[in-house]
Amino acid sequence: MTDLAAVLFDGVVYSSWLFLMAAGLTLIYGVMKILNIAHGSLYALGAYAGASMVGAWLAGGHPAVASYALLAVAALAVGLVMGPLLERGLLRLVYGKDEVVLLLVTYAVFLILEDAIKLVWGVESLMVSEPYALPGNFLIGELAYPVYNLILIGAAVALGLAVAWGLYRTRSGKLLLAVIHDREVSAAMGINVDRTYLYTFTIGATLAAAGGALTAPTIAVSPGIGVEVIVLSFAVVVIGGLGSLGGAALGALMVGIVRSIMVRYWPEAELFTIYLVMALVLIARPKGLFAAPEARKI
Amino acid sequence: MSRDRTPLVLAAACGCLLAATPVAPQWLVFLLTLALTKGLVVLGLLLLMRAGLVSFGQGLYFGLGAYAAALLGARGGVLDGLVMIVAAIVAAAAIAAAIGLLLARYREIFFAMLSLAFSMILYGLLVKSSTLGSTDGFNLHARSFAGFALADGVGGRVFYVAAVIAVLAAGLAVHRYLGSHYGRLATAIRDNELRVEYLGASVFRVVYANYVAAGALGGLGGALAALAVGHVDPETTYWTTSGEFVFIAVLGGTGNVAAPFLAAGVFEAVRTLANQYAPNVWQMTLGIVMLLLILFLPAGLWSLVTRRRAGV
Repeated sequence: MTDLAAVLFDGVVYSSWLFLMAAGLTLIYGVMKILNIAHGSLYALGAYAGASMVGAWLAGGHPAVASYALLAVAALAVGLVMGPLLERGLLRLVYGKDEVVLLLVTYAVFLILEDAIKLVWGVESLMVSEPYALPGNFLIGELAYPVYNLILIGAAVALGLAVAWGLYRTRSGKLLLAVIHDREVSAAMGINVDRTYLYTFTIGATLAAAGGALTAPTIAVSPGIGVEVIVLSFAVVVIGGLGSLGGAALGALMVGIVRSIMVRYWPEAELFTIYLVMALVLIARPKGLFAAPEARKI
Repeated sequence: MSRDRTPLVLAAACGCLLAATPVAPQWLVFLLTLALTKGLVVLGLLLLMRAGLVSFGQGLYFGLGAYAAALLGARGGVLDGLVMIVAAIVAAAAIAAAIGLLLARYREIFFAMLSLAFSMILYGLLVKSSTLGSTDGFNLHARSFAGFALADGVGGRVFYVAAVIAVLAAGLAVHRYLGSHYGRLATAIRDNELRVEYLGASVFRVVYANYVAAGALGGLGGALAALAVGHVDPETTYWTTSGEFVFIAVLGGTGNVAAPFLAAGVFEAVRTLANQYAPNVWQMTLGIVMLLLILFLPAGLWSLVTRRRAGV
């Protein structure tokens, strides 16, 4: 019983982390029809910024409690700088091109940022585990778990709800949904589509950076952490249905729990099962679980 | 209509490459071999892109070909390079024939993502299979080629010649195919699939045929690359490898069967130079080159060739 609870809990922790990544990805795709490979780099940037800010703060002998606020600041800083920079500086120039070309543009950005990160932070890995260790542990059965995992779950749920609320309950969110539904008609009705794109991309970038910043205390932040994250979040987003926030949540839960079951009972199959789930979902539902039906164009 | 000069140009280019075999330095032979093998995979991608489909998982067939060749040597005791290559093509085509049944029903980003999923499944399997060396992979060594024993040190050049001949054969075959009734349907499918169906042609059959052919070309490229490098590892099936193929394909454009090889050559050259002179920023260099090309040369490198010809 404890075993099962632990597996489930592990799965939910992993899902929360996946969801933070996938939510931004699916939002950007829904509005802009860009599958953003550079999302992985934004995650890495968030992790690096978070780790180095907390590291500097602690090295100055300041109280460790404030490091949580610093992680949030790091995520916001990365999102608010990189989001507008990429959207205004680059993506604006290529709108209207093929989806695959857009995919390649973000792939190019990903390659550029990978090296930029190495140039700025070097190839040594950064470790700041204080925020992770600080809240102590709690028990599931006889197994001790870091309380930080609960913070991670809480943050994912809170951010997810905030995005959902913004999207479905506010005026600007409804305008955004209109743009998702039909960009041209929205523009004709007077919605500032350019600005919608800017906001969407910035929010998505901030979510990715938040995922990175929150993960930073739990791992050794080193080059290449963005590479693996990105295909995983692709899997999550595609399972849920591109552009669907609820789908991203469900996809994250599926992938997270399947992974933790595999890690516990059949570790060799971990990686391949995740993509097997993705393939099976796509076989059963070619556009993912929650994709909106599309009109057939002749 | 002007005469079709592609076969002639292709043959002449391959002739030049063959003539250079005895005199080219070792590093150039190696670089060209890699470029040609990647070009073969991208030639398969071109077949798919003609139909408007982009596979983000051609690494699957590249890796399959490489591992099929290597396994045949390590486990099957077959040490002939040519046999390895043929086996790799057959293995890749067989898998493509199975997966293609499913994938040929998908379009756009879903086709790209599902093919990515399949390549990542293979990656996941290879990384965790300790008998195949996990992430390190293992070495392969061909002792003979088409029955002729390979002396020490000539292997690289033999595989180079094999790659050039494979490129010539594949290039001519694909060019012929693209000019045929069937091949021309691909472009029509990209433009409007439904109309093609209404006109009485089977979209599925064309997409499926192109997919299997792309898989076979991927296997061929993978086996040749594995022989030339002498080593296989799971990286061959990782998404970054597949991304590289898509990059080369977009770099070249889909205008002509020679475009993938031209683009692969430029790609390898840029990569080698960047690696040599700016080892810390070679990915960045590639990324910047890619962005500039997408912004200023959207139809690919091949458009430079056709534009010049149109101007004369």
